[in-house]
Amino acid sequence: MDLFEYQGRDLFERHGLPVLGGGVAETPQEARAIAERLGGKVVVKAQVKVGGRGKAGGVKLADGADEAQARATDILGMDIKGHTVHKVMLAETADITEEYYLSYLLDRANRTFLCIASVAGGMEIETVAEEQPDRVAKIAIDANKGVDEAKAREIVAAAQYPAEVAEQIVDIAVKLWQAFVAEDATLVEVNPLAKVGDGRVLLLDAKITLDENASFRHPDHEALVDQSAVDPLEQAAKAKNLNYVKLDGEVGIIGNGAGLVMSTLDVVAYAGEKHGNVKPANFLDIGGGASAQVMANGLEIVLGDPAVKSVFVNVFGGITACDEVANGIIQALALLGERGETVTKPLVVRLDGNNAEAGRAILDGANNPLVERVDTMDGAAARAAELAFAGK
Amino acid sequence: MAIWLTKESKVIVQGMTGSEGSKHTRRMLAAGTNVVGGVNPRKAGTTVDFDGTQLPVFASVAEAMKETGADVSVIFVPPAFTKAAIVEAIDAEIPLAVVITEGVPVQDSAAAWAYNVDRGQKTRIIGPNCPGIASPGASNAGIIPADITPAGRIGLVSKSGTLTYQLMYELRDFGFSTAVGIGGDPVIGTTHIDALKAFQDDPDTDAIVMIGEIGGDAEERAAEFIKANVTKPVVGYIAGFTAPPGKTMGHAGAIISGSAGTADAKKEALEAAGVKVGKTPSETAQLMREVMS
Repeated sequence: MDLFEYQGRDLFERHGLPVLGGGVAETPQEARAIAERLGGKVVVKAQVKVGGRGKAGGVKLADGADEAQARATDILGMDIKGHTVHKVMLAETADITEEYYLSYLLDRANRTFLCIASVAGGMEIETVAEEQPDRVAKIAIDANKGVDEAKAREIVAAAQYPAEVAEQIVDIAVKLWQAFVAEDATLVEVNPLAKVGDGRVLLLDAKITLDENASFRHPDHEALVDQSAVDPLEQAAKAKNLNYVKLDGEVGIIGNGAGLVMSTLDVVAYAGEKHGNVKPANFLDIGGGASAQVMANGLEIVLGDPAVKSVFVNVFGGITACDEVANGIIQALALLGERGETVTKPLVVRLDGNNAEAGRAILDGANNPLVERVDTMDGAAARAAELAFAGK
Repeated sequence: MAIWLTKESKVIVQGMTGSEGSKHTRRMLAAGTNVVGGVNPRKAGTTVDFDGTQLPVFASVAEAMKETGADVSVIFVPPAFTKAAIVEAIDAEIPLAVVITEGVPVQDSAAAWAYNVDRGQKTRIIGPNCPGIASPGASNAGIIPADITPAGRIGLVSKSGTLTYQLMYELRDFGFSTAVGIGGDPVIGTTHIDALKAFQDDPDTDAIVMIGEIGGDAEERAAEFIKANVTKPVVGYIAGFTAPPGKTMGHAGAIISGSAGTADAKKEALEAAGVKVGKTPSETAQLMREVMS
């Protein structure tokens, strides 16, 4: 889960890292109140999870509460690279004299963590790495040893931060690592890490990604989810413990196992090339042991998407038995009918693997005109694409 | 022969008394796996009946190894306890630990891996978030269904469980030496490269199926490895060409970050290394069919 800047700022503050005073507003009136509390000059920053907001006009200075309210009015509702601005952060201004860069992130390839540190802050680190690679230091962090004072000194030396800020950055590097571990982050990026007029070093921006697998030990992270950005179908699926991602096509997809479902999306997209370019409408992994209830929940979510014109149920019975899946589908259709949500969209079902023959016989026996059985994945994808195109 | 798991392997189960652990212990036994016991400190000294097979419960992996000669552990403990279970397996220096658990925090996986490196990597870790390893007709450590395919001469390594089953099923007339599900997490103990190397060295494997998916650059690195080190034919499949960037597709590691980790980049890298890459699982099976006949 990626956080907004204001959430990152709050998190840094909680972990004792030096940030500027600030607050978040959803309306110009709220922005005004925060500006009054902060006093004097403030900066009004669009809260979007995409880079380049400054260039897009999403960051403005304001002198006093009146101006802050006016700037917030301008920025709220703005579209930045397809992201609508629902919130602005107001922060005290700082007289920046130098900008540096510091981040910790997961290094998948080396199965460890990495610190990236640079004296060139305030711009994209990728650009710096390309144009001035000698100004970007990469330091491997041992997952168990972490960043203590000695490691922080190594980072500061490798990055060649100026001597007059070295002690402050050593302290920041240690605390930032502690925050990274304590919050189960996979990325914390500070850009810029800025030296201001009075000599202090402050964290002036925050880009943070948290590990959703660790949410069981962070009940407070749930509150950080951006509800305005959550698709209503994704939200409904989450409430039913289904692994669902909304996409923008017409063929609803239900399958078991993340890899098989991803593969199903691809196969449907290929098939769609011959049928009016229809595409998969969603990713939905019902996992192992698809009971009638799970199948009903899945079908309900997928059929609840008005863009869906046909549904492809693609199951390879490994541990799951296909006869149970077939029963699940038939019972699910009945269950939805009982709930008054009569299904009218065609389903193409492909069952293979464990007890496939029995499963296919159950589907045939049910004789439901909406359910069509095709026994190969490629063939079933083609049929589902064809039906979706016909239903458009 | 097979890689890492053979008929001689003696398997213990960490979490054998839990619901998933006991269900799959029963399945492993039915597949002919030599399961010799389980680990649960709170139930140490008891035995569990699995359809007539009495399996002892030990207090620790070390004790289980001492008493039974076990050399493989399959881990079925909840995410919150997985790191401790892996560390215990590493401390006992068991040669192979297969971590089935899904949803392990990546800091835990990275910490366990760093610990293993510190201790000289005496334990091969497979997973987490994987279906395990199966050498058909010999042994089965994990949750891969044992009856999909008989033994044969194809080796398979995959990030995905169900795609593993799909390919095993499509190529069941040839059979497999070993199928390894390495898991879909961002940090895993055994990589495509480890499995490719082992299959290259295995006299009973003639050709290799490699299944990848979006996220990270493991497939690209595997392609480099194949180019330099693998002489046996490799057929590849990548899932996730239509996945949108920035969205996690089921597996924690299956995410395109910016322009990195796309299926296209992986396919190109594999093809540049001489690997034939199928467009669909069935086409991939067909490519392997051509290699084997």
